Amino acid sequence: MNAALQKAITTLITSMADDALILGHRNSEWTGLGPIMEEDIAFSSMAQDKIGHAWALYRILQEHLGGEDPDQFAFMRAAKDFTCCHLAELPIGGYDFSLMRHFLFDHAEAVRYESLQQCSFEPLQQLSKKVKGELKYHTLHADAWLLQLCRGGEESRQRMQAALDRCFPLAAGIFEPGPQDALLADAGIYPGEQALYDKWLNTIYPLLVNASLNLPDPAEVAPQYGGRYGNHTPHLQALLQEMGEVFRLDPTAGW
Amino acid sequence: MYGGGYIFDEPNKKQLREEQQHDDPEKLAIFEARISKGEKIEPGDWMPAEYRRQLTRLIEQHAHSEIIGALPEGTWITRAPGFKRKLALIAKVQDEIGHGQLLYNAAETLGKSREAMINDLLSGKSKYSNVFNYPAKTWADVTVIGFLIDAAAIVNQVANAKGSYGPYCRALERICYEESFHLKQGHDALIALATGTPMQKDMLQDALNRWWQPIMHFFGPPDKVSQHSEKLMQWRVKMASNDEMRNQFLDTYVPKLWELGLTLPDPLLHKNTETGRWEYTDPDWDLFFKVINGGGPCNQERLQVRRWAEEEGRWVRKALMNPKERRALPVA
Repeated sequence: MNAALQKAITTLITSMADDALILGHRNSEWTGLGPIMEEDIAFSSMAQDKIGHAWALYRILQEHLGGEDPDQFAFMRAAKDFTCCHLAELPIGGYDFSLMRHFLFDHAEAVRYESLQQCSFEPLQQLSKKVKGELKYHTLHADAWLLQLCRGGEESRQRMQAALDRCFPLAAGIFEPGPQDALLADAGIYPGEQALYDKWLNTIYPLLVNASLNLPDPAEVAPQYGGRYGNHTPHLQALLQEMGEVFRLDPTAGW
Repeated sequence: MYGGGYIFDEPNKKQLREEQQHDDPEKLAIFEARISKGEKIEPGDWMPAEYRRQLTRLIEQHAHSEIIGALPEGTWITRAPGFKRKLALIAKVQDEIGHGQLLYNAAETLGKSREAMINDLLSGKSKYSNVFNYPAKTWADVTVIGFLIDAAAIVNQVANAKGSYGPYCRALERICYEESFHLKQGHDALIALATGTPMQKDMLQDALNRWWQPIMHFFGPPDKVSQHSEKLMQWRVKMASNDEMRNQFLDTYVPKLWELGLTLPDPLLHKNTETGRWEYTDPDWDLFFKVINGGGPCNQERLQVRRWAEEEGRWVRKALMNPKERRALPVA
């Protein structure tokens, strides 16, 4: 593999892993505080899956692409060196926001990992088979809750619509294009952000319609970009400070 | 976790004997004969009113202890150092919520709804294990809770799993299985600190010093002052005395702590080789009762967080109760 392609794959995997870690971290904040116990447990499971995905992706970086130890890489990096999207960074807010974020993000993940089933970089292709199987349950969960809440009365439907309006530009930011997209597409790694974005819209649109929600017109919405280039909301810095609080007491110690 | 060895009672409780008078003596005799034969009592079976009342309270307090017990450790989920600890801690706290769910279900079979139990928790009417009214100040506290409080809870729950009420015993069997895994995780995390850098060792020793008294309180007041009736023992609601459980806990876990070079803040703590019993300085029982009655360092905070969660989730629960209306599809 040439150096340019190696760098491009590293960029892709890092942003996927950072998304999964940061959103998994956010979603884990609901553990013990969910709206009902059964949902508390489900949301916590999915948070664990996400953090597990991040860990597996960082290990691919370490084992195949000359990356750092996953703990050091995740717990010691500065915010500007993270490439997660803004959607993942925001605080959990209310359950409406968290659930809509889960719906939009997990469908984006499902589309991405589906495309990676044919990835020419074998470690990523192998991992994507396992992750795809887990995401199936995440999207089932999201779809069921979306319908339930949108059909459970006017208050909850309005809340979900407001959450969609707020989340959509952020979610479009998941697909922030980068200069490496063409190279990765040519090398058969994955089809690139624009192709995934189109596929994602086609997936979520009928589900939102079925839940009686109005998708904002994608042509009118400015996606919230910046995360892939290390430009973040202030929330990420605060999150990382908290996440690394103990680890940084002595990064060389075993914990 | 959890469910301390102490069943809290509301003030002005009805006396056992008064309740007893209303029970049909023939049915009571059959009921007690079944229990003495080691049979399990199931939800549809006849049971004395006092048995139902005591069990409801016991299981309910146990359930509350699980969901409140999730809070002190839960605050460390976002700070757990490294992937391994982070995932283990989320999974552990999630298990505790799962235990709460199992236990509320078991208590519901006795006729009190989950909502009524949660309302009684939030109003302060029903209690939970005292140990969760103390703060988890550092990461080392998480390891002490994960190892020692889970260990203490296992001693209590393994005993209760042999009790007489079928749904509670079955819930406890599954809970004990998961708790024993928590214990391993807690032990592993505690060993990492005990064998780590001087800073980590100090952190752990400090946490142990702070948690020792709450742990000694965990099993409840000494048998000589404990108000549990023989009836509860006979009915196999309470399975072991507070002192017996405390002794069993000390016997298993104190040597493990000493082996790691840790000390415990009680100069009198030792095993009497003649009696085989552990001897120790009595913890401050006035403090124990003060904390039960709301005067602990975190009582208010714990309930406030729980109230926030209930309030924040209200609209979700409302929507779940009302999934009838299928809305018209938007035109475009």
